[in-house]
Order: sequence, then C-alpha cells, then structure tokens
Amino acid sequence: MELLRFATAGSVDDGKSTLIGRLLYDSKQVYEDQLESIERTSRERGDERVDLALLTDGLRAEREQGITIDVAHRYFATPRRKFIVADTPGHVQHTRNMVTGCSTADLALVLVDARNGITEQTRRHAFIASLLRIPHLAICVNKMDLVDYSKARFEEIRSELEEFAVRLEIPDLTFIPISALHGDNVVDRSPEMPWFQGSPLLHHLEEVHIASDRNLIDLRFPVQRVVRPRSGGLAGFRGYAGQMASGVLEVGDEVLVLPSGFTTRVESIETADGPLERAFPPMSIVVRLADELDISRGDMICRPRNQPACTQDVSAMLCWMSEAPLRVGAKLSLKHTTRWVRALVREIDYRLDVNTLHRDREADELRLNDIGRVELRTTAPIFYDEYPRNRATGSMILVDEATNATVAAGMLRRPAS
Amino acid sequence: MTYQLTHLDSLEAESVHVIREVLAEFERPALLFSGGKDSAVLLHLATKACWPHGVPFPVLHVDTGHNFPEVLAFRDRRVEQLGLRLLVASVQEAIDRGEVVEDPTPGASRNRLQTHSLLKAIEEHRFDAVFGGARRDEEKSRAKERIFSFRDEFGQWDPRGQRPELWNLYNGRRRPGEHFRIFPLSNWTELDIWQYVERERLELPPIYFAHRREVFRRGGMLLAVGPHARPREGALDEEPFFATVRYRTVGDASCTAAVESTAATPAEVIAETAVTRVSERGATRVDDRFSEAAMEDRKREGYF
Repeated sequence: MELLRFATAGSVDDGKSTLIGRLLYDSKQVYEDQLESIERTSRERGDERVDLALLTDGLRAEREQGITIDVAHRYFATPRRKFIVADTPGHVQHTRNMVTGCSTADLALVLVDARNGITEQTRRHAFIASLLRIPHLAICVNKMDLVDYSKARFEEIRSELEEFAVRLEIPDLTFIPISALHGDNVVDRSPEMPWFQGSPLLHHLEEVHIASDRNLIDLRFPVQRVVRPRSGGLAGFRGYAGQMASGVLEVGDEVLVLPSGFTTRVESIETADGPLERAFPPMSIVVRLADELDISRGDMICRPRNQPACTQDVSAMLCWMSEAPLRVGAKLSLKHTTRWVRALVREIDYRLDVNTLHRDREADELRLNDIGRVELRTTAPIFYDEYPRNRATGSMILVDEATNATVAAGMLRRPAS
Repeated sequence: MTYQLTHLDSLEAESVHVIREVLAEFERPALLFSGGKDSAVLLHLATKACWPHGVPFPVLHVDTGHNFPEVLAFRDRRVEQLGLRLLVASVQEAIDRGEVVEDPTPGASRNRLQTHSLLKAIEEHRFDAVFGGARRDEEKSRAKERIFSFRDEFGQWDPRGQRPELWNLYNGRRRPGEHFRIFPLSNWTELDIWQYVERERLELPPIYFAHRREVFRRGGMLLAVGPHARPREGALDEEPFFATVRYRTVGDASCTAAVESTAATPAEVIAETAVTRVSERGATRVDDRFSEAAMEDRKREGYF
C-alpha cells in the first residue's frame, strides 16, 4: 500500500475541521467511543447536530478558545492508500504552521468558503504550497449547499484562483466543489451537483499520481553516521549509514564524496535485513565503499558527473518563525541534511508580500511569519541543490544559538549573482 | 523497477532515520521498554538502526509494580536475547520512600505516579534523549506531539512552545539538564504496528492474543481478576466470570482492560483491528476516560 502525506489549510470558518472529521467519519476511521465523546460535547454545547469538527480539536486550550494552535496529525486508510494528514490552522499569523505542515506533504488541500470566494488567505495558502514545491494542490470549494450548489459560483471562484496561480509554480491544480457538512463530493459523488465531472475528494486523494514526484535522477546520499570497525565479530566493518535523499544508488556505481572530492566505487549496500542491489529514496541503508576514505557525518555521496553545489555563499527563501525579527548581521546555526554549520546573514534581498507577490527591496528585517530572500555566508561549505529541483537537499533550518529554538525554514537557491 | 516502497517500508525507513539522528547528535540516550507491543516494535527498529552493532544504550522500564507476569517475562527475555542493559525505575520504591503518595481508592491506577520515577531516572542517569513508543493516532494530545519533543529542566512539555519540525531536519539542540523525548513511531497507527509485527515475525507477550482468563466488568470494561484488580466486595455488577480475551494495550494491570476476542495470531488481530469500532485507548484504558484532557495533563507534567 502506498503512503500519501497531505497538508490541509483554511481559515477557522472555512469548515476545515468539519471536512477532516467528515473524511475520517465517512471512511469509517472514527471509533464509537470517539463518536460518543463528541456527541456528548455537541449536546452539552447545544449544537443542532453532531459537530464533526470536534474530532480534530486537540488541546483543552483550543477547545476553550475554539481555535487550533498547532499542526495536528491525523491518520486514515482506505483499501488503496494510507494517509497522513498534517492539519494546519489557518489564521493569518500562522504561516509558520502551514510551512511546517507542507514541508513533508505530497499534496496540499486548501479550503475556500463558496460564499466568500478567494480571499487573501487563499492566495497565501496557494503561494506557500507553491513555495514549498508541493506538486499537487487541491482547492475544495466548500459550503456549496449555501450557494445553492451553483455551478456559476464554482466556475467564478475557479477562474479567479487560476488567474492568480499562473504566477506560481503549481504543476497540478484541481478544483472540487464540496459540502463538508453534508458530505457532498467528499467520499461520494454529490447528487446535488451533476454538472461536476471530476472526482470526489477521497477518490482524488486515492488516485493522484505521486510516484513521479520524487527525484530519482540526482544521486544524493548525506552521510548520517559512520559505522566504525569494532573489536569482535565485525572487526573489519566500515560503512556509512544514512537515508537516500534522491537518485538511485547501485552496487558497483562510481561515486564521489564531498567535500574531499575523492572518487570510489560502491562495494555493497547493506541493511539489517541483508544486502541490496540498489537503493532509492526514502530508504535508510548502510553503504560500503571500495576504498577507505576519510568520511564523516555531514559528507555527501554523489556522482562524479552530477554534483550538488558546494559553497559557503548561499541564497535562500526564508519563512521567519520567531517573535524576534531577523536582521542583517545575525549569526545562526544552520542544519542542512545531516550537517550543522554556522551562518551569517549578509543581506536581506527583499521581503515578499504573499498577497500581492510584491517584492519589498527596502525591507531591513523579517518579522514573524514573513517570507523573504536572504544571502548567507556559512562557516563551512554545504552541498545543496536548488529547492525546486530537490526538496531533500534544497531545504534547511536555522536555529537561534541562544535559545536553541528553530527560527526559520529555508529553501535554498543559487546566489543571484 | 518502480522504485516504490510500501507504507510499512516507508515508516520503517523514517523511524530508522530518526533513531540514527539521535545516535549521532545525543550523548546519553535510553529507550523506554515496558514489554508492550509498541515498545517491542520500537526496540526492533533500534536494532535495525544500530546494525551491524548491537543497541548501545540502556532500556528503561518504569515499573508501576502492577505488572502482568507474562509481560515481565517477555521483557527479560528480550533484554537477554539482545544483550541489553535494563534499568528499572520503580514506582513501588518511590511510594515506599514516601516520594509519592498513592491514591488510596481501591483500584486506583499508578499511571500518574510513573512521571515521578521516570523524571528521577532521567535526572539520575543524565539521559539527554529518551525514546518512547507513543503514536500520534493514540490520543488527541499526542496528535500535536513532535517527533523530537523538547522537555525543559523540569521535564515539562509545553504544547504551545514547541519547536516547528520541518522536513526531516530535527533540531535536538539542548542545554544541560534539558532533554528530549523521541517518538520514532509517531506516524504509525495501531494497524501498522500489527502488520509490522506480522511481517517481521516479532514475538510479543502472549496476553496480546486470545486466551481464557477470569475477568470482571467495571465501567463497561473487562479487568482481569488478579493481585492488582479484583471485584469490589458486594458489588453485584462486578461478578467475576471466565471469558476468551486479549489485550490491545498493556499497561498498569490495575487499569488496563482486556477485550473479548478469539484472535490468536497477528493475522487474526489485523483482521479484527481493521473492523474494530472502538479506539485502542477507549477500549482498554480506564484512566484516560476520567476526563477529556487526562492525557494532556499528564503529558504536561512529564509523562511519556
């Protein structure tokens, strides 16, 4: 069975929690005791019907305030696929949560209230999905029951967003008219909207083709741990443990190790369950090489004729996630693949207005939830690809050295010059 | 070649990656091992991540003293097979020393008291990373838990102040006295665990499979008659009887309930899990039903 990870975004009133509750409920993932518990809560609150949104409300603080404060993960499965849902709250100030939820997603699901149409927030969500290079974006136009299941209204919303989306990079954009409350086009085709020729949402999630989304071209194997020889039965064993970031690695391949630049051959690919002929992402393996080289954690195995960039001057799109703003001159820790270095912020190129996509080149700081492009100088080289080509070797985080907090998500680009 | 992994292979690869990050970035890890199915899977994944060497860190059992003998026997067998160092943090000893006070209500669970012994062991052994087998599908507050979950010097979890967790770039930076709980099974569901147990032919304590035992009903749940739970005297609705049952979870014997089942193999458990209508904790944990936020409160204090 295949695994699909998707992120959901939408504002409090778009009915996102209801939709997820509906997906869980209609795919029979809700247990009776959970249902009883939300029935009880709904009754106590005097709701007319069982509020499926309660299925996804987590912490007490949230229930009391009626908000969602953080990314929550949900799990369900159909006979075709297993799904991991990163449910992200949609308030304006929570860009950071959506970026977090989207970072590992194959698909983003954005909700739009059919009555309100495309809002600033919809544009923001679509932009973040494209920034994080999620290959599939599904726009669910919800509450169709409140606009009389109007085809015209649906088409109007679709064309408005399509117009905005041409300025973004979204390879696969799908629109589905739904009513999460009544279940129209969520699991079953809606009898109210015979004019809609596409698939209901669950069917779309089961069928969307994700196998080709991975990078199987550029071999990148970041060394996670060196398995050193020890005394005992495995006296001679030396290998490099790690997870395949991209590409395909085969026994006998000629490989190059960064930063040393030495080349060697793949002697064997090992796992606890026995040797393999080849490995591909996201496998966790141990690689043994023909020659004994000086290799440590954070080094990168690639091909002599297909190498990542190797530089101390990097350019990145950042999503800033800290209350304290980022300014030029800041020194931070940077984690990229399995490598930690320190980074100096040399320049803030611009801050992006995610509603208009306008670049403010006068900006001298990035504040909480801002997105902007920066130039960094690192203490040691990192071996990276541009994020749009390789999400695994193009991503990094920044960590505040005083608080140890993760303060930014970064998507690497080649320096502008 | 389609270069595709099954969901179990993807989950395994992710868990192994997480465990290896800890081996690389932490000084003193430990793994919570109770002998339950999730910790058995976790330990198995640790052996894969550490391969070709053995698991170098100790396993820690926070022992409520309310154990199922079959589970303790399994725990000791696994520890011996893998040549591990077992540390036991005893809740009974903490009670005897007067460090914690037991709820005098008959049948009260010691789950809450585990927090004290766990934190004490972490402090005493200066563990900086503690692997746990918790899954996000288990319970509401777990759904918001990180894979690398930061704990302050009091061992507390602050749900609002969690570090964002992006891609597979884990931030385990910490100051002395602080530690991390590491949850490599975060993205596994109960069904995944059972499918993996079957695929990997993992041994589990026998009480996970159907067997006859004397039980009584309390609050709609089936509790085993034994040294840690017995019917209240004179309670007509707690009349003991024999039934064919199995355990879906294994915890404190005084508050972990059995479910009626004839599933005797992992395959039969999988078939049953696929159609069950009651959640794992809802079916088997008396203590989580006390209040909507029972787990959230325990977690904040430093519980697993």
